[in-house]
Amino acid sequence: MSIELIQAVFGINFIENITQIKGFQVVWESLPYFLKGGIVTLEVTALSVAMGMVLGLFAGLFKLSKSKIIYAIATIYIDFFRGTPLFVQILLLYFGILPFIGIQDPFSSAVIACGLNSGAYIGEIVRAGIQAVDRGQMEAARSLGMSHQLAMVYVILPQAYKIVIPPLINEFIALLKDTSLVSIIAVSEMTYRGNLVYANTYQAAWVWGSIAILYFIITKTLSIFGDYVERRLATE
Amino acid sequence: MIQVKGLHKKFGSLEVLRGIDCSVAPREVVCIIGPSGSGKSTLLRCVNQLEKANEGQIFIDGVEVTSPKVDINKIRQKVGMVFQHFNLFPHKTTLENVTLAPSKIKGIKQHEARELGMELLTKVGLVDKADVYPANLSGGQKQRVAIARALAMQPKIMLFDEPTSALDPEMVGEVLAVMKDLALEGMTMMVVTHEMGFAREVGDRVIFMDEGIILEEGLPNNIFSNPQNIRTQSFLSKVL
Ligand SMILES: Nc1ncnc2c1ncn2[C@@H]1O[C@H](COP(=O)(O)OP(=O)(O)OP(=O)(O)O)[C@@H](O)[C@H]1O
Ligand SMILES: [Mg+2]
Repeated sequence: MSIELIQAVFGINFIENITQIKGFQVVWESLPYFLKGGIVTLEVTALSVAMGMVLGLFAGLFKLSKSKIIYAIATIYIDFFRGTPLFVQILLLYFGILPFIGIQDPFSSAVIACGLNSGAYIGEIVRAGIQAVDRGQMEAARSLGMSHQLAMVYVILPQAYKIVIPPLINEFIALLKDTSLVSIIAVSEMTYRGNLVYANTYQAAWVWGSIAILYFIITKTLSIFGDYVERRLATE
Repeated sequence: MIQVKGLHKKFGSLEVLRGIDCSVAPREVVCIIGPSGSGKSTLLRCVNQLEKANEGQIFIDGVEVTSPKVDINKIRQKVGMVFQHFNLFPHKTTLENVTLAPSKIKGIKQHEARELGMELLTKVGLVDKADVYPANLSGGQKQRVAIARALAMQPKIMLFDEPTSALDPEMVGEVLAVMKDLALEGMTMMVVTHEMGFAREVGDRVIFMDEGIILEEGLPNNIFSNPQNIRTQSFLSKVL
């Protein structure tokens, strides 16, 4: 029925030709299946970024701590997750670490792996954002008798967040693409579904081409949204 | 009110303060003058512990603030500071700039904070700008807000670090006028300034600093009309 709809829109001759193509039929029939995978991709990304923002806020603050121990903890965490491949981190966590603390399902493992990874990147973003706030702001707040924590919460962080938003959106987009790696542990996101369809049909160009286009549509939408937010912040 | 004893401060190998002794009496206005780099800002910043001295002691209201045991946040509430570059909080309105510290530190209620804020803004002549953000104020207005903000914790002492140096000449007067009012109300003040007219008119005492030491101090009239030290003489001949 839906192919008839396309025929109506594009004209019978062109459509007759294209709908004869096997790859097109495969993609067309798999589209709802791929789109559901896109939802899973967005879920993994959103949950990972949420986790990454909490971890990243603390990692960034710890990285600026005067305490050597706290600084060392943040540095080891950030360096490890930025210095090793996410692919390896996913395998290590899913097969090597998480089962021993009772986490075995692929989805949770994927979120934890991607969340830890993005937390490290966001930590650096947060640190840079805080350092970009003029030193005089902290001094003015402290000179009024505010504690370091009060000054952070009410003076520094509200200014740092504007600096942090654009790189944070970039990180969000980068992570969205990187979640394709969790297909290796059988999380049923877009790449995993593409792989299944490909394995059944061998329509490599059609299947992977359409998966690529779907990723592109999502990331492009996010970056347009990002540009809009950036402009809003700039005029505020 | 303030006693400074044998204060030394180094930045790396650079010794910026090389033994400072001075004191400020209650209700006294002390102006600090001297060439650039002589350590005037550093001295002021040591008083409220934005810089930690390497040696020596500072007492405020009888409490040793250089002691590691002191609750520095409590002390700083008694000591307001006004900076050369204002350092207003750009994400807060004028009123919020003034009320932030009392509401967060003392936890006073919103309408009380507002009342206090409005009272202080009236004092510096800026009630009509209460809901404006700092980006939309002129330099002179910014600095007057900064003064109101520093007064919000009801300090006993005010420190001013070149409060008019970043201002266009036509705005210097309005800020100095607010400072003069404050002095007349009996505020204890330490003012680093290049405004010799202000030092002469409002100051009770003038301190001349050079290369990290106090070279000369005394009544403004004596320092300006009859400087004893040759370096004071050459400095004054350049600025007056
Ligand atoms: N945080 C710092 N780190 C290193 N050196 C510093 C620091 N702060 C000040 N100095 C140096 O200490 C010296 C004294 O600085 P200070 O700001 O106290 O001088 P000043 O008398 O206030 O000068 P100005 O009239 O230019 O404001 C200068 O040589 C300055 O470069
Ligand atoms: Mg200075």
